[in-house]
Amino acid sequence: MSGIRRYLDSIEPQFHKGGRFEKYYAVYEMVDTFLYSPPNTTRTAPHVRDGIDLKRMMSYVVVALIPCILWSWFNSGYQANLALSELGVAREDWRGALLSVLGIGFNPGNFFANMVHGFLLFLPIYLVTLIAGGLWEVIFATVRNHEVNEGFLVTSMLFTLTLPPEMPLWMVALGISFGVVIGKEVFGGTGKNFLNPALTGRAFLYFAYPAEISGDQVWIAVDGISHATPLGLGEVGGMAGIAESGLTWWQAFFGLMPGSLGETSTFAIMLGAAFLLYTRIASWRIMLGVVLGVLGTSLLFNMLASDTRPMMAMPFHWHFVVGGLAFGTVFMATDPVSASMTNAGRLVFGILIGFMTVLIRCINPAFPEGIMLAILFSNLFAPLIDHVVIQLNIRRRERRHVSV
Amino acid sequence: MEALINLFISAIFVENLALSFFLGMCTFLAISKQIGPAFGLGVAVVAVQALTVPINHLLYDFVLRDGALAWAGLPEVNLSFLGLISYIGIIAALVQILEMFLDKYVPALYNALGIYMPLITVNCAILGGTLFMVERDYNFAESVTYGIGSGVGWALAITLLAAIREKLKYSDIPAGLQGLGITFISAGLMSLGFMSFSGIQL
Repeated sequence: MSGIRRYLDSIEPQFHKGGRFEKYYAVYEMVDTFLYSPPNTTRTAPHVRDGIDLKRMMSYVVVALIPCILWSWFNSGYQANLALSELGVAREDWRGALLSVLGIGFNPGNFFANMVHGFLLFLPIYLVTLIAGGLWEVIFATVRNHEVNEGFLVTSMLFTLTLPPEMPLWMVALGISFGVVIGKEVFGGTGKNFLNPALTGRAFLYFAYPAEISGDQVWIAVDGISHATPLGLGEVGGMAGIAESGLTWWQAFFGLMPGSLGETSTFAIMLGAAFLLYTRIASWRIMLGVVLGVLGTSLLFNMLASDTRPMMAMPFHWHFVVGGLAFGTVFMATDPVSASMTNAGRLVFGILIGFMTVLIRCINPAFPEGIMLAILFSNLFAPLIDHVVIQLNIRRRERRHVSV
Repeated sequence: MEALINLFISAIFVENLALSFFLGMCTFLAISKQIGPAFGLGVAVVAVQALTVPINHLLYDFVLRDGALAWAGLPEVNLSFLGLISYIGIIAALVQILEMFLDKYVPALYNALGIYMPLITVNCAILGGTLFMVERDYNFAESVTYGIGSGVGWALAITLLAAIREKLKYSDIPAGLQGLGITFISAGLMSLGFMSFSGIQL
């Protein structure tokens, strides 16, 4: 370790003003602070004494994502192997060749084979996200003379986990570029944007290339197999349609179903949520708000359920285990930048997300899943919610002041 | 009654004048720097819209429509070619009255709106509301509902944009995009969020 430190110190002067690589200071700074804690301290008062900084916060989110990432490997591999063995065909692309050469095979009953298969599905998408998005980050940081923020590490993981396992890679690059540049960097980088960058990129892909990111064909990484997600089934046949496919609530809870890479297992997401809540990185008020919103709205719709809209009859405990609701609640809605900043506002913000999600799932025939658009929609309301909360607080305090 | 509630909600969210049809952009972008004036302008648009759409409906139904003048003994007269100019005339007159009203009773809002109050006269959102009413053949009750609903939708959109722009005061926008440029991008991203409602049939 000290060798790397010495090397970094020895090349550092070249990146300072007047040095040979002055322009690339942002890159040097990124590598240096990624490897070591920055030595500089706050120069002006007040000094808040806390060990946590942005970098630590982001690494906690990455830790919280580990269960989801591991599960995404297992499940996408398992679903693909299952489909391959049902069709009785072999995988034709480079993944198939690699798996055969290594002698790992395609047995859906073999845990290790599933993990490796899923890893090979996950890795290209993640690498493309990291390279394409990271490139934009570095370009902006270099040209505008600010630091490369580690927020992108989280954004890249979240973005990858919301995509279907066989998303074309050029679309992945396009989506993350839109998310990073238009969703974040044009506003000045991390902390200055008002929409969640990962979701902005995904929404862009969703409306630009709906065939590759929604429907029945994309959720299992095998060509020619059509398997709807539980929400797709529910949209057509209601709860009876889901029961017919043989999916039980516990299977959906643990995530043995087709879907986007990281969204399927509510169990793995809850492990991450527990960690985020324990370390107080994510706001429990937002999560509680979403749960309350979903609960209230789904109970209301259960009472109004009719034959024309079968999704309305879905009970609330199903809403939490299918689709991306759990993932969005824990990792997307709690994004501290685009959510409300006041405590009361966070609760309202969460309730709005829960309400909108169930509304889109049940009422809007165009989209089977609603959490992505619900969060983007609520992001728009977050500044106004904060404004109203602050104004109400000012008014209350004025009245108290007058009465005393 | 249920149909009217559905029309009201769809006018606010599904067919939001600002964010789905991009109508009334000039005032939408110009008056959205602060929440106070933006909200005031929004209320003014609701008031104007709630008055002009039903009044233009009556005008259309009893004077302009093909055969509308039957009550005057002229069943074969069709004045619908006068539509545009009459609607604009009605809107201009009403805005003038509203302006005098605000000047007298709410001078703070009158001063805040300044030049933009007369601009509501030529605001395409207002004329758009009337033209949608004619095109979709709304009856009187529907015109009232649609007028209020579309106004509320526009007011909601401009208030949201103003809140976002107040938040964006603290951001670090590249020099070339400051001001109108970033506002255009923000409005575009807002309409991405409002896509959640596209496809809903009420």
